Amino acid sequence: MNNFFRHIVQVIRYNPLSCLALGGVCLLIFLALFGQALAPYDAFASSNSIMQPPSTGHWFGTDNVGRDIFSRVLISARLDLGIAVSAVLLSLVVGAVLGAIAGFYGGRTDRMISRFMETVMAFPLFVLAMAVVAALGNSVSNIVYATAVINLPFYVRVTRTEVNIRRHAQFVEAAMISGNSNMRIIIVHLIPNVLPTVMVQASLNMGWAILNAAGLSFIGLGVRPPDAEWGIMVAEGAQYIVSGEWWAAICPGIALMFAVLCFNLLGDALRDILDPRKRT
Amino acid sequence: MISSKNRVLRVKKGGLAGGAALSKERAVARFIIKRLLAALPNLAGVLLFTFVLARALPGDPASYLAGPAADPAAIEEIRRNLGLDRSVPEQLLLYVRDIARGDWGTSWATGQPITTEIITRLPASLELTIFGLLLATLFALPMGIISAIRPGAAIDHFCRVLATLGVSLPTFFTGLLLLYVFYYLLGWAPMPMGRLPAFALSPEPLTGFYLLDSLFAADGETFCAALSQLVLPGLTLAIFATAPLARMTRAAMLAVLSSDFIRTARAFNLPDRQIVFGYAFRNAMGPVLTTLGMVFSFTLGANVLVEKVFSWPGIGSFALEALLISDYAAVQGFVLTMGMLYVLVNLAIDVILVISDPRIRMDA
Repeated sequence: MNNFFRHIVQVIRYNPLSCLALGGVCLLIFLALFGQALAPYDAFASSNSIMQPPSTGHWFGTDNVGRDIFSRVLISARLDLGIAVSAVLLSLVVGAVLGAIAGFYGGRTDRMISRFMETVMAFPLFVLAMAVVAALGNSVSNIVYATAVINLPFYVRVTRTEVNIRRHAQFVEAAMISGNSNMRIIIVHLIPNVLPTVMVQASLNMGWAILNAAGLSFIGLGVRPPDAEWGIMVAEGAQYIVSGEWWAAICPGIALMFAVLCFNLLGDALRDILDPRKRT
Repeated sequence: MISSKNRVLRVKKGGLAGGAALSKERAVARFIIKRLLAALPNLAGVLLFTFVLARALPGDPASYLAGPAADPAAIEEIRRNLGLDRSVPEQLLLYVRDIARGDWGTSWATGQPITTEIITRLPASLELTIFGLLLATLFALPMGIISAIRPGAAIDHFCRVLATLGVSLPTFFTGLLLLYVFYYLLGWAPMPMGRLPAFALSPEPLTGFYLLDSLFAADGETFCAALSQLVLPGLTLAIFATAPLARMTRAAMLAVLSSDFIRTARAFNLPDRQIVFGYAFRNAMGPVLTTLGMVFSFTLGANVLVEKVFSWPGIGSFALEALLISDYAAVQGFVLTMGMLYVLVNLAIDVILVISDPRIRMDA
């Protein structure tokens, strides 16, 4: 255990930004929980001060109907993180089970699952997400499903390989001899063993999931106005960029970038700590 | 793919001039045919998916086409004409037949066949994507090579930070930021209003790529106008695509630079330039090319966002308009085009890989 901590210290010393990233992620989680209470203004109340530049009264300025952008950016954290976390969780659970089944049984089951994943991968993933939302209907929960679907192949691939390596390990054979069913071996013995690798994948995926969800709402899918979400706020502010009113699009954009950056850096650090072989 | 038997044969034939070369060419041809066949299931998957998509889309096309005033008999008639009364496998066969014939349905927003709509817009998207990828390759290869030559040095850290930033930037945000700086603040870039400034005539369409077409027409003015419209959206895509390419170049170069034959080359005191570019880079090309295929897929997706930001008249903008007014035939055509494009690009990359790397030719 001592070695493990020394390794963590080494990783952090090599990349001190990871500490900042951890702080950033904690801040984001805090905002997701309490952003509503912290917002200085009502995020949905329009006012007469339209398109005001950032000032001491309105830190990020106001938008085209006079809403305070800072308050809207704060309360967006919940929706953005909520979408990303549920999408990643969903694809992690489904992907781990599918991948474990493919890796454990092999043969025909494996080929069928792999073929299905290949079909998913045969599309540009963002386009696939667009198509899924178009087919299922334009709602927030369908953004979650779409993001989960396009992340699925990565989890299936990782779990499949890792389970396949351990397929004939002694602890699996011991569990078999003691009369455990295949499903029980997969869920109780194999999946916990491959969980660290899968978690690394999940943390690397979080930033991407946020980007993806924000991209979908930027093009008008999922989140609907007047709801506050970083992607749709950037979209609402986009038309004012060419006339120089930058804050309406840039401020929520920076919040989005900050969130993605923090999760990406943290994911990198976690990978270095838990799975140093994967490092590039 | 060559079995080990063939390889033995080739060794035996080694004395005969031309024999080896002939079988090499034949092996490449055979590989290409095999790879083409292997792409078929992927294409079938793409077709199956768009078929399911078309069935899952909300609304009944028959009652939609019949209009609000139609009686049930008329709707039934249309349903029969569309083939919707048949069994699902039959419908799938009909669907594949229609797609193969080029009948992708009609966009009800414009009344034009989907294929016409897509063919007129595809060059705009492709020009943007290819330009962006070229820029990204120009940034990424030097970055990756330099960081691999000096791992741990300041420049390596700098590239690492830049790459992390690059993957964290939402494309639409980068685009807007570039617009604000280069259009509003500096005034260097033109208004983001499509591929050419207002009132400019598009060049004689040969390839559909304005840059190439204006070059062929020896029309310098149009070339500059098209290029100035293309730079910002291209740069936006490039910033997004550079990071994964640079990372992969660095990783591949590091792996090759630590291999035995590089150590031997160093032991022979070959010049650094020759070691890095002559030997190491050529061997690192494989993984980089493979990543390029993946990055192409990301870029196709990001294209949709960039096209929206810069009012670029490509198939992404077309699909977005279609999505918002529920023009489903158009959305389906877009998804199908993207899927096929991606399958084809991966195919092309595999073929290039085989031609450029003799080892794959032997073992594949």
